[in-house]
Amino acid sequence: MSTPASTPVYVPFPAAGELSDADREDLRRNGILLTSLEELYNWGRSNSIWPLQFGLACCAIEMIAAATARFDIARFGAEIFRPSPRQADLMIVSGTVTKKMAPLVVRLWNQMPEPKYCIAMGACAISGGPFKQGYNVLKGIDRFLPVDIYIPGCPPRPEALLNGLIKLQEQIKGEHLNGPRSARHLRDDAPSEYPIPEYGTHDLTPAQNPALWSAPAPPRYPPVDPTA
Amino acid sequence: MNSPAPAFASVPSPFGAPSGPTVRAVHDQFHGDLLEVSMGPQHPSTHGVFRMIASLDGEQIVKLKPVFGYLHRNHEKIAENTSYLASMPYTDRLDYLCSMSTNWAYALAVEKLLGQSVPDRAQYLRVILAEMTRIVNHSCLVGFLFNDLGTSFTPLLYAFREREKFIDLFESLSGSRMMCNYQRFGGCRVDPTPEWLAAARTLIENFPRFLDEYERLLTGNEIMLARTQGIGRLDPARAVNAGITGPVLRASGVDYDIRKVDAYGFYSRFDFRVPLGDHGDTYDRYMLRILEMRESVKILSQAFRDIPAGPIMDPKAKQRGHRPKAGEAYARIEGPKGELGFYLLSDGGPNPYRYRVRPPSLINLTLLEEMCLGHTIADSVVILGSIDIVLGEVDR
Repeated sequence: MSTPASTPVYVPFPAAGELSDADREDLRRNGILLTSLEELYNWGRSNSIWPLQFGLACCAIEMIAAATARFDIARFGAEIFRPSPRQADLMIVSGTVTKKMAPLVVRLWNQMPEPKYCIAMGACAISGGPFKQGYNVLKGIDRFLPVDIYIPGCPPRPEALLNGLIKLQEQIKGEHLNGPRSARHLRDDAPSEYPIPEYGTHDLTPAQNPALWSAPAPPRYPPVDPTA
Repeated sequence: MNSPAPAFASVPSPFGAPSGPTVRAVHDQFHGDLLEVSMGPQHPSTHGVFRMIASLDGEQIVKLKPVFGYLHRNHEKIAENTSYLASMPYTDRLDYLCSMSTNWAYALAVEKLLGQSVPDRAQYLRVILAEMTRIVNHSCLVGFLFNDLGTSFTPLLYAFREREKFIDLFESLSGSRMMCNYQRFGGCRVDPTPEWLAAARTLIENFPRFLDEYERLLTGNEIMLARTQGIGRLDPARAVNAGITGPVLRASGVDYDIRKVDAYGFYSRFDFRVPLGDHGDTYDRYMLRILEMRESVKILSQAFRDIPAGPIMDPKAKQRGHRPKAGEAYARIEGPKGELGFYLLSDGGPNPYRYRVRPPSLINLTLLEEMCLGHTIADSVVILGSIDIVLGEVDR
């Protein structure tokens, strides 16, 4: 999983000023719309996400299905799939990432402009899924990229993708523009680009980005008391 | 190779003689300098993670090298380490647009190895589901092909609207939209209710109307005719020698359909024709898919008429823990993309000793360079689209 440094901080929907939601609703009924620049900016951004048109495997078919008439991802403002990473701000990693493909996925991520977000769609992108035991399969794209939303399933239904998109919109709406809890792309310590792994003799080198992912410590029985 | 003749070479310019260097002169000056273009693995028209390295002279392709392996998921190796039954869900993910027919091919191979028979109702169900899969695959392929021609999603929207209806039926039968995991060794997993069969029958009865609408929208389109006729011609002799199968082979005029040649399952009981192409170009490959869908509708209506009642599973069949006697088996079906075969070698253990897939997509792709030579880079996209590949099967 991601380290705290790169994990976006979730905060409740920021109210303008010190007003409660009830007060704001009261004002709205009287024709006064009260907002903050931050809120307006995030509202616009969250409803005009342009995903990268980029299919890896089976999940890509369900991604296309989500874009077609029945599920209609356009209802959430995310129907403009851009083939070029320079114009996209959401990467949906839809399918198995093999070790041959992983450096190219990281390169595509690096080419996307900030602010950018990543959705790991399907069991393969999350952890390798059914192909985890394969010698050529990357066991989760979060070893190289900061993933915002995980959508389990093999493949996830289009509704699940839409739910993931809504969760991402909620995250974007909660982002701050300044201060200690500002969004990832506004912090100096959070990198925009990540090192691209190279093809090694047996595996990718490095096999994971240590700043993003480290192997979980094996459980110890009986549990070790850290204070002793 | 059939390099297109310069169409307007002899037409005099209405603007008189050019004052500066013409495009033609610039072209001649740089003629012979090749530009190498790497298309993919992230490219909207490569149908997944396929990569082509094309050497271009101007806009014409003089060399094209396909690069595979960006989706190599170790399917065969994993299958050699799991039991026969546990490989069935992996076959769903081979050709993820047509999991029902891929399941059938694998079940057929294991049944051959086990000497297992299949009840009549299951045989009919297999034909029904395989033909429905073929319809889904072909209508989606036509949509993708037109995407490659630059229609920007419209035909695909119609195709996916129809696909959703089929997928709903698959889901109500098997529990999953795409990864059906439906066939078993000696039969099928779930018996469809009469309501399911009635719904499927209604869907198939209405399908020709969709097909007419689709054709009215697409077939006579002038841009489509200009961009597909005479493009990507495949010589029948070369196609046979390269092992091309399926619609790509039949579009070149070779009458070879495994449903007729092997008559596996109950295909010998059905009355249908095998459409053939005349020119082997991209247009024929498109048209052949449309005609095949019409033939599939014919097969399906016969199947719905004749399907008997009875068990869907051989009562003597083992449900799990299959240990076939030492030996080998190869079974093949006419998948929507071509001859899909599974080769199994058993040493008597619970896992296959060797497991090999004959993927039609990969073998049909081997003549891509030959079809593309002499055409422009934009045409190579359309030719690739007309071959109908799915990368899960190419790279496995």
